Amino acid sequence: MAAINWTALIIFVLLFGFITWLGFAAAHWRKGDLDLLHEWGLGGRRFGTVVTWFLVGGDLYTAYTFIAVPALAFGAGAIAFFAVPYTIVIYPILFLVFPRIWNVAHKHGYITAGDFVRGRYGNRWLALAITITGIVATMPYIALQLVGLQVVIGAMGIYGEGWVGDLPLIIAFVILAAFTYSSGLRAPAAIAIVKDALIYLTAFAAVIVVPIELGGYGKIFAAVPQAKLLLAAPPAGSWGSYGAYATLALGSALALFLYPHSLTGILSASSGHAIRRNAALLPGYSLMLGLLALVGFMALAAGVDKLPEFAGGFAAFKNNFAVPALFLHAFPSWFVGIAFAAVGIGALVPAAIMSIAAANLYTRNIHREFFRPDCTPQAEAQMAKWASLVVKLGALVFIILVPTQYAIYLQLLGGVWIVQTLPTVILGLYTRWFDDWALLIGWAVGTALGTWMAVAVNFGAIYPVTIGGFSLPGYTALYTVILNLIVAVVLTPIFRALARGEPADETVAADYHA
Amino acid sequence: MKAPTPKLREWSWWYLLFLVQFVAALWPPFYNKAEPNWIGIPFFYWFQLLLVVIGAVLTAIVYFATESDRN
Repeated sequence: MAAINWTALIIFVLLFGFITWLGFAAAHWRKGDLDLLHEWGLGGRRFGTVVTWFLVGGDLYTAYTFIAVPALAFGAGAIAFFAVPYTIVIYPILFLVFPRIWNVAHKHGYITAGDFVRGRYGNRWLALAITITGIVATMPYIALQLVGLQVVIGAMGIYGEGWVGDLPLIIAFVILAAFTYSSGLRAPAAIAIVKDALIYLTAFAAVIVVPIELGGYGKIFAAVPQAKLLLAAPPAGSWGSYGAYATLALGSALALFLYPHSLTGILSASSGHAIRRNAALLPGYSLMLGLLALVGFMALAAGVDKLPEFAGGFAAFKNNFAVPALFLHAFPSWFVGIAFAAVGIGALVPAAIMSIAAANLYTRNIHREFFRPDCTPQAEAQMAKWASLVVKLGALVFIILVPTQYAIYLQLLGGVWIVQTLPTVILGLYTRWFDDWALLIGWAVGTALGTWMAVAVNFGAIYPVTIGGFSLPGYTALYTVILNLIVAVVLTPIFRALARGEPADETVAADYHA
Repeated sequence: MKAPTPKLREWSWWYLLFLVQFVAALWPPFYNKAEPNWIGIPFFYWFQLLLVVIGAVLTAIVYFATESDRN
């Protein structure tokens, strides 16, 4: 590994110091009583269109995304671009579906998906299944944010054996834990504004400056091997990579807003209108993500993996080192500091929101539901603050002790798991037709089969389903949630026939409208 | 039960505009080609980036159309 890059490091540390101050100062922003869970964990539902844009953008387009998507383009080529159709199809879903959940959550004081399910179906076990799925799917996601942080810290030459090597990561996490504890969701909301400004700056610099240095986009794409440039044409009797590409995009889109941190971001908006406006404004981030995917090809064209000074980085971080290596190669040191700070701070924002979301879930739907039904609002908020610390500590220990590859596997499984909550949560916004036990069995079947399928293909995302001799390789999450839904549809009339009385439901149709 | 007010009306024909971006984005055979390229960027890449912009514009149109419906 190269020597420490002092210029980059100093700028990185200064920017980190600034957002640390901002994170603590955020407690006083749009001041509320932070001893109440909806103030600590949802920012008092006071964020308008603009803050919601920064917060949800910073929340969904994570540091790991900015490292991993170009890394996938660098390694596998065109398939990495599925992130673009993925982020195209999420916004109609956001526009149509999520004002409904905002409205019902606002009316009944729901903070989590578990709260909604408990109220809508009156079934604490179904709510528990949704809650545990949310927490388990979020944990590896937090761990992966640390991978993004680890890569840029390593790229600046801070690199050591044993616990000394992990020290910068531990410091960053102590900072994160402290400001999240004291300021709640206001901290990532404030920091997201800084982070996004830095990320946009970095992305636009990369797509303008680097092609000039490399001799234009024509040269860059000419350096990409033919096999990686486009999706492979499907062989006879299969929909091949086309199906894989489209199902990855659609399945990922369906899963995205079911993640607890997405819902936390959306519920903190001040109105359903703010959410609908953001469906038209958030694609700004999709555009940036698409541009950053192109940076993977630039790294390929620059041949950064063949440069001797980056050999150590690629050995340590594999293709995830492609983007940092390109930045080091193409930018002056001071700008490298800004770009790496963008990625590093970009890791803290979603990690903070994810830990808050998981803490809200634990506190509301496990602690209060099963252990302390009569706890005071203050005790509830205090519990959530402690839970957020435990969640982050867990992620930190995981990333230090367990090989990164396992976090990636678990995050992949997390996508398959979280999508199984779709029939209960999303369809539940429109209808109370489904029987809650039928939904629970559908969830169990989808989760079990999805896990099995992912393990069977060695933790790949794509499972080769064959129907009538025609091969349909596609995203496991999409296939298993369809099966989950079929199970729920088939079992509902049976369970209804056996049940006595009307199904429980504390919500009414008008709750779902503004 | 109160009678539903017009404000509660859920469906709008404007929502069909969303189908454009949905179908175009999820049908790879339509854009999986290198030509015509734009400043050296293959069609596959610039078309999908353009589709992000088109999707945002269509969403904005739906927003303004349905918001004014409600007022």
